[in-house]
Amino acid sequence: MVSVCFYFQVHQPFRLKNYSIFDIGNNTGYFDEKKNKEIMQKVAKKCYFPTNKIMLDLINKHDGKFKISYSLSGVAIEQFERYAPEVLDSFMDLNDTGCVEFLNETYYHSLSFLHSKEEFKEQIIMHKKKIRSLFNQRPTVFRNTELIFNNELANLIQRMGYKGILAEGADHILGWRSPNFLYTAKTAPKLKMLLKNYKLSDDVAFRFSNRGWKEWPLTVDKYTRWVNSINGNGNVLNLFMDYETFGEHQWEDTGIFDFLRHLPGEILKHPDNNFITPSEAVKTYNPVAELDIHCPVSWADIERDTSAWDGNKMQQSAIQKIYLIEGMVKRSGNNKLIENWRKLQTSDHFYYMCTKRFNDGDVHKYFNPYENPYDAFITFMNILNDVNLRLDSKHIIKKEVEL
Amino acid sequence: MRILMFGWEFPPFKTGGLGTACYDLTRGLSYKGVDVTFVMPKTPENAKSDFVKLIGANNLCKSIKVRKVSTILTPYMSSEAYSNELKKLKINHNSSSDVYGRNLYQEVLRYAEMAKIIAEEEEYDLIHAHDWMTYMAGINARKISGKPLVVHIHATEFDRTGGNPNPMISHLEYTGLHEADLIIANSNFTKNNVIRHYNINPDKIKVVHWGIDPENPYYNLNYSSPLNKNEKIVLFLGRITIQKGPDYFIEAAKKVLDFKKNVRFVIAGDGDMLPRIVERAAELGISDKVTFTGFLRGADVHRVFQMADLYVMPSTSEPFGLVALESMKNNTPLIISKQSGVSEVVNNALKVDFWDINEMTNKIVNVLSYEELHQELKKNSFEEVKKFDLVKPAEKCIEVYNEALRGVHKW
Repeated sequence: MVSVCFYFQVHQPFRLKNYSIFDIGNNTGYFDEKKNKEIMQKVAKKCYFPTNKIMLDLINKHDGKFKISYSLSGVAIEQFERYAPEVLDSFMDLNDTGCVEFLNETYYHSLSFLHSKEEFKEQIIMHKKKIRSLFNQRPTVFRNTELIFNNELANLIQRMGYKGILAEGADHILGWRSPNFLYTAKTAPKLKMLLKNYKLSDDVAFRFSNRGWKEWPLTVDKYTRWVNSINGNGNVLNLFMDYETFGEHQWEDTGIFDFLRHLPGEILKHPDNNFITPSEAVKTYNPVAELDIHCPVSWADIERDTSAWDGNKMQQSAIQKIYLIEGMVKRSGNNKLIENWRKLQTSDHFYYMCTKRFNDGDVHKYFNPYENPYDAFITFMNILNDVNLRLDSKHIIKKEVEL
Repeated sequence: MRILMFGWEFPPFKTGGLGTACYDLTRGLSYKGVDVTFVMPKTPENAKSDFVKLIGANNLCKSIKVRKVSTILTPYMSSEAYSNELKKLKINHNSSSDVYGRNLYQEVLRYAEMAKIIAEEEEYDLIHAHDWMTYMAGINARKISGKPLVVHIHATEFDRTGGNPNPMISHLEYTGLHEADLIIANSNFTKNNVIRHYNINPDKIKVVHWGIDPENPYYNLNYSSPLNKNEKIVLFLGRITIQKGPDYFIEAAKKVLDFKKNVRFVIAGDGDMLPRIVERAAELGISDKVTFTGFLRGADVHRVFQMADLYVMPSTSEPFGLVALESMKNNTPLIISKQSGVSEVVNNALKVDFWDINEMTNKIVNVLSYEELHQELKKNSFEEVKKFDLVKPAEKCIEVYNEALRGVHKW
């Protein structure tokens, strides 16, 4: 039996304005509304609309046998509401089929787990409320930002009442083991772990259009053969990827939509295959072993660690400084300020400061609105200085009223 | 392969990047086994020192032969500068000045005439001429020998003058560029300027970005500042001319000082705009924060880089900007103008539009304020500059030579 478990991450950050030292203290706002709107509407057109449509057709066509799951970051949802409300409608249509599961994450797609447990929990609760109000779902499975995971997280998430959690099936945590089974963490015996099969996931997400890849072109037949070969030595095939894979990272002309349209039917041809959501997987299968993971593992880069967000001194300093003011921000009672501060926690802001392989012009560059990591740092620090200025109580009384 | 090259003076007698570029290119070519006969002006200043010996001493340069032609031409020379030079000669050496041309144009033509003699005497396969003053010499050599001519453009007259070209110079530039079989431009930035101003077929222009000598004992001087240790140092280094944007630097200095007090701005170089910049600093009330070093050469260039916390190159139009690589080699983080060739090939530098004084200020203040930013820039730019050397540009030039030798181009 192979149960295919699809999970798609849907996320868009609130990108920052070109914010210079001359803007500090001038109430000019931090976020680039124009750019955020443009990008949201572009991605909606290229990815969210067409892919949601295909998913809905597939679910209808296969009569409830095709199932998928999503995690929508709170900041992505807010941008749907603001710039592309029809996308949210199409997610609601998908929700109505009963074949779609929504997971929980931190509302702000933040790295708060690594820096403030209190903030981390608050953001999960915010997200939980948002998902309940939109889709009337109460997720039992959690996924942390960028699949960052370790023992400590597992324990915390178990105590928050979740039954399952997603993580990267990285070689260095699995060793000889297969990602196609459920596991538990040493610190959380009741929390089942679903591990990403990074090979088969990345074949679609990263390599699909790579003409230098020996398996190019990736056909539905070939991919289904790989899936079927798991029969007999695995329970669940976890295919985890960014939703923007469809139409945005892999453009329509690569044939990605056709691939998606035909894949589920082909997989279902094998009598032993089915599709499953994360919560169903947790109910259906038992863990086969316990993993002991101390250092945080993630789904990013070949390192599969957190160095894409905190690998250099600029990133470390920026993250440290944003969490340093947590107490002051929260005590200010200024909701606008708290919200601004939280949006600044979105992991993308730190990812943009990454200098790893900057010279090679790799994936980091493609997703980066800045010319270089240094500009990302400068912009972020200028804004943080403005936040600090607003924290000055005298300033708050005078200026915040105008905001 | 034997090249007859019309170039410019070698270090230490140089007034800018062109001398270094010629020196580095000939060394790179020599390393690749190309024979170069290097024709250079013999000025009264450099006449006494033995350049052949200087080059011969370096075993990289076995295949280089130097021929000198008496002239008082120097690169970047303006008509006024030429007349001044001529006047000085008349005063100092009364009779000897008669041999030189009455004005800059005459002198360039006289130089080109003398080039004919050399062109007849030497054996070579191809002619390579550097910048407009030698283009006529290159054209003459081609007439005599029938060998292909490659002209190298390091800067157009439009770059040098902030868009107000001297018609005589741009005409010579135009003539050389049109006559040449192929053109080497030191960046896409320069290539585009050549296309725009001189209507040249883009296929005729080959881009060869400059490299830098990976080994130089001066890089590791570990020189630290004798100036006030509590002050951060921001450096401008280059000719103080309209092309290099010293006026933008001084305006940004004023704005930076509004945010941060303990900053010193060091302006290293000489040029016709120097008096104006000194006056402007006084007008802005920041004279006590600005230090003028005059023209620096040799080890002093490296010392001043190593003293500085940040180098700013605000050039209004910088065909390449070799000095940016020197800053990186000396472990000094940098801000470079987007209107430069070097910004095409360097990633780990901050980049600004030269006219955007506020953005320049924003970046200077941040680099000086955050040690983590300073450190990352420093570390990564030092790492990045390792990919530059003298061999790669020489190899690309050889490719261009081969193309010129292969066929008749009809442009």
